[in-house]
Amino acid sequence: MTGEWQRRRRARQRLDRIFAAVFLLAIALSLLTLAVLFWDVVRDGARWLRWEFLTGYPSRIPERAGILVPLVGSLWVIGLTALLALPLGVAAAIYLEFYAGDSWLSRLIEANIANLAGVPSIVYGLLGLAVFVRGLHLGRSVLAAALTMTLLVLPVIIVATREALRAVPLSLIHGAYALGATRWQVIRTVVLPTAAGSIMTGVILAISRALGETAPLITVGAWAFITYLPRHPLDGFSVLPIQIFNWAARPKPAFQQLAAAGIIVLLAVLLSLNAVAIWLRNKYQKKAEW
Amino acid sequence: MANAAAGGRDLRVSPRWREAQKRRERWIGWLLLAAGLVSVLTTAGIVLTLTVDTVQFFRHVSLWEFLTDDRWTPLFTPKHFGILPLLNGTFLVAVGSALIAVPLGLGSAIYLSEYASDRVRRVVKPLLEILAGIPTVVYGYFALTYITPLLRRYIEDLEVFNALSACIAVGVMIIPTVSSLSEDAMVAVPRSLREAAYALGATRLEVALKVVVPAAFSGIVAAIILAVSRAVGESMIVALAAGSTPKLTLNPLESIQTMTGFIVQVSQGDVGYDTVEYYSIYAVGMALFLITLLMNLLARWVVRRYQGGERA
Repeated sequence: MTGEWQRRRRARQRLDRIFAAVFLLAIALSLLTLAVLFWDVVRDGARWLRWEFLTGYPSRIPERAGILVPLVGSLWVIGLTALLALPLGVAAAIYLEFYAGDSWLSRLIEANIANLAGVPSIVYGLLGLAVFVRGLHLGRSVLAAALTMTLLVLPVIIVATREALRAVPLSLIHGAYALGATRWQVIRTVVLPTAAGSIMTGVILAISRALGETAPLITVGAWAFITYLPRHPLDGFSVLPIQIFNWAARPKPAFQQLAAAGIIVLLAVLLSLNAVAIWLRNKYQKKAEW
Repeated sequence: MANAAAGGRDLRVSPRWREAQKRRERWIGWLLLAAGLVSVLTTAGIVLTLTVDTVQFFRHVSLWEFLTDDRWTPLFTPKHFGILPLLNGTFLVAVGSALIAVPLGLGSAIYLSEYASDRVRRVVKPLLEILAGIPTVVYGYFALTYITPLLRRYIEDLEVFNALSACIAVGVMIIPTVSSLSEDAMVAVPRSLREAAYALGATRLEVALKVVVPAAFSGIVAAIILAVSRAVGESMIVALAAGSTPKLTLNPLESIQTMTGFIVQVSQGDVGYDTVEYYSIYAVGMALFLITLLMNLLARWVVRRYQGGERA
């Protein structure tokens, strides 16, 4: 009787250990894929990463092709997107946290934000094409792309900002009210300065998502082959992910390696954005502890 | 008087100044509300533009053909506008990627929630999240130039463009969606339940599979639905790796096309406005929007429907 029980217990414990290994294997496989992906990209692309590649214009000859135009295009688009999305997103978050209360209107807005977060990015592209490119006659321009991207990242920014606003200690807010400040004065002088660090972190992370988005900008009409730098929000443009897409889609191996080099540049820009976000968060956290 | 305390200065505000301040406060309130309404306008804009151009599409093509024809060839003659092949492609990628992401994501979530020490969790979680932060075009490149050639060494009939390697890449991309959302659900299971099971002599595996997973079930189901909905909406991986031949097949070794893949293909070319081809991307976009909307609503309904039961 006892022997039977002991045997079963040992079997159960063995099963437990086996499954611990199986579950760990799931994580290991996921991370291994990530490592192989990075290794593959670096192996293919590293030798194309020269100064001429970063400063060169597009070319049909792979050895002469450069990435300057889409790189500048990407910076234009995300710069404009940040300029538009930051005030809009923060204002919407302030409204929901401090003004809305529990009205039907605020519930409608919240339900909308939750739904928008689940809409495929390419559908935003269709919206941008119909409204900004055609409806407002902005054409296939940097501005049309930035407006489309603004709508795309807005839900993310609003959610992140609301979290940042909620982290502001109530005691500070009550203190300000007790001194006779109005609602807006409390927000402007107490809430926003306190939450600025984590708001910026959230905004940068949202913007870095926009940097890697490809499909909506293809729909809005980024140019596949463009030989001048955008100087104006209404100029045509290309962006890094679309250049990568075009190179990767060509059968010639040299172009695919160019795509890998482009990916390294894109990931480097993404990584530096994330580094800034992490630096901001740490700086802010230290201040908050003090 | 009170003024004496303030050094003799008169600190009383005039009624007119207070009136101006109140007006300013109201204005700011309206401005903030306007910013909040942008999200409502976005939804309205999406629904409106999709509807308007879809109606245009159905002036040229009958709804019956759209839903029942088994060919989708808008860019060739004779033109056929049956969405079934595109739905088939999307379905294939959704199911295939779920077959990859659900076991790997759930395994990771169970390990992180039930087995891992705090230190391991702090290191591994952000690493897994990187998978969700990598641009989809990078996965597309990876699928086309690494996964496909690798698979072709072992599978002879694999076409250059095929659903299988797209499934693998999309699957890897949505692993973090499955793992982090289900881990959240598992971590939310009360400790008392776990400890009761441990007190009865259960192993970690038994606690995980017989207590934690059933208690967190609705959250896990919602995580899977949301992940599959992301797979349905994914565009660049399928555009690069899955091909552009819409067909009715369940064979993942063949070249296919998804709804998103078609929209990307048409958007790249120079299709004139006011043509059937142009309107067709809106009809397909409408179908895509409705499918993902339903999935997201379903996920939220699952969570709300069963949340009460979990707490009890």
